[in-house]
Amino acid sequence: MAKARTSPLRSSLVHAALIIYTVIALFPVFLTVINSFKDRASIFRNPLGLPNETSFSLIGYETVLKQGDFTLYFQNSLIVTSVSIFFVLLFGAMAAFALSEYRFRGNSLMGLYLALGIMIPIRLGTVAILQGMVATGLVNTLTALILVYTAQGLPLAVFILTEFMRTVSDDLKNAGRIDGLSEYSIFFRLVLPLVRPAMATVAVFTMIPIWNDLWFPLILAPSDATKTVTLGSQVFIGQFVTNWNAVLAALTLAILPVLALYFLFSRQLIRGITSGAVK
Amino acid sequence: MGSLKIENIRKSFGHVDVLKGIDLEVEDGEFVIFVGPSGCGKSTLLRVIAGLEDATSGEILIDGKKVNNTPPAKRGIAMVFQTYALYPHLSVRDNMGLGLKQAGKPAEEIKERTRIASAMLSLDDYLERRPSELSGGQRQRVAIGRAIVREPQLFLFDEPLSNLDAALRVNTRLEIARLHRQLKATMIYVTHDQVEAMTLADKIVVMNKGQIEQVGSPMELYNSPQTLFVAGFIGSPQMNLIEGAKLGDATAKNVGIRPEHIQISKTSGTWKGSVIHVEHLGADTIIYLQTDFGPLTVRLFGEHQYNVDDVLYATPDAGRTYRFDDKDMIIKG
Repeated sequence: MAKARTSPLRSSLVHAALIIYTVIALFPVFLTVINSFKDRASIFRNPLGLPNETSFSLIGYETVLKQGDFTLYFQNSLIVTSVSIFFVLLFGAMAAFALSEYRFRGNSLMGLYLALGIMIPIRLGTVAILQGMVATGLVNTLTALILVYTAQGLPLAVFILTEFMRTVSDDLKNAGRIDGLSEYSIFFRLVLPLVRPAMATVAVFTMIPIWNDLWFPLILAPSDATKTVTLGSQVFIGQFVTNWNAVLAALTLAILPVLALYFLFSRQLIRGITSGAVK
Repeated sequence: MGSLKIENIRKSFGHVDVLKGIDLEVEDGEFVIFVGPSGCGKSTLLRVIAGLEDATSGEILIDGKKVNNTPPAKRGIAMVFQTYALYPHLSVRDNMGLGLKQAGKPAEEIKERTRIASAMLSLDDYLERRPSELSGGQRQRVAIGRAIVREPQLFLFDEPLSNLDAALRVNTRLEIARLHRQLKATMIYVTHDQVEAMTLADKIVVMNKGQIEQVGSPMELYNSPQTLFVAGFIGSPQMNLIEGAKLGDATAKNVGIRPEHIQISKTSGTWKGSVIHVEHLGADTIIYLQTDFGPLTVRLFGEHQYNVDDVLYATPDAGRTYRFDDKDMIIKG
């Protein structure tokens, strides 16, 4: 950046603001992680203290890994999240391609209709969804969750990806048509690689609410075989006694996979967020 | 093997008529250039020929066969785009070979044809590179190579030089002219730059507002424009267009005279004017005069020294004036 436009005072103020925000955002995570490595008494006596020789304890993790079937819960969460992301990206990109590429009657109305879901929360339809799942016998299956999350993620995906696909050069697609590529090849081989940053953005925005969701797993798939991690951790929260070690340990463990996925997408994410703004 | 016939092509986008009935014939081996201001429909016409847009009505015949319902890949055409439109994830070699691969040609043949095309365009050293590792001129050569490899009956160029800088533009122009002689293929080329049109074309199609104004060789268009629009569009600097009434010509609405067909004298002449600006281009000197009937541009060959506010007399060359009626058509004779 040009020196003339940055004064040390201004840049230190900006950095201070960013640092404060980072601390506020990370503090609960930090608290969760340090307390998950302490014994129960230390959590209550000194919640802000780092674990030391006397307070260090893995009792929480032992409880989590022994009680309940946490490997299975993790597996469920991963399956639900990744399959949902896959379908959201696939169908979202396909709808976006149609909206951005083809001229047809009602194109913009269709775009508006598909984006409507951004404004109307899917939870409003919970009762109807539950009735539907009961009628089709999908209650207590991962399929039920995948279907709901795919529907939940699609509006935003269509909206973001349509805008991005408009930026892909028409000449490039036409060159493909002249070289004899089918519309599917143009979509998969020319357009998708070019909107990869946008896909990563959509993936992250879709993934986090799904992973953290408690509502739909509780209503649609509360059986032991289909519990997700977020729902599974709730067994340690009781009406009278809460096993804080176990809750904190389970939450800490739950951060890990989502963190890994985030790192996977984040390199593309920054480009996706900024590429619309500049240029 | 590469003739094209267009019969009464119309194209509308909603209520907007972009092409209003185009008829055109292109002979085998001809180099035809569509030229016109932006928005005149020339690119749309090219896309209709390529099959990237469907015509609203009318027929397109390539080699005598109606191709209205044939997909672009099966029309026997190749197209070079303004933005190069190279596949970013493929090497130069694969960019050139993709069309043949899609058509199911054997690998040996693809390799051989790519080799010939890359030798023709001196791209041998770049075959394994990605488009992002090439300069603008090299990218456009790859785009042309991709067209050559397909051995099409019809080459379509959509403003291929617009994204290149001035020096490269001249080089690439020469290269395209050379390719046309070498391949003896039919080429259709769209541009808004009349210099490109004049230098490359066998036949120029001047378009305006979705219609063809005039078709002819560059010199035909220059020497005998049929309409006011063609007269004003072809030639640089622009032809001087003067209202007939101001010159005492009752039958012509406008009178045109090219800047290079005017003689200048300090002592006597037909029109008197004062100099408002002089451009020295070395080979030419362009003088802008203010006269009784308005501004007048004069082009003199060689170097001439005149100053602003000098009073000069201008005389048009006999037989070099063009007269246009109130429908903007030329008045013969």
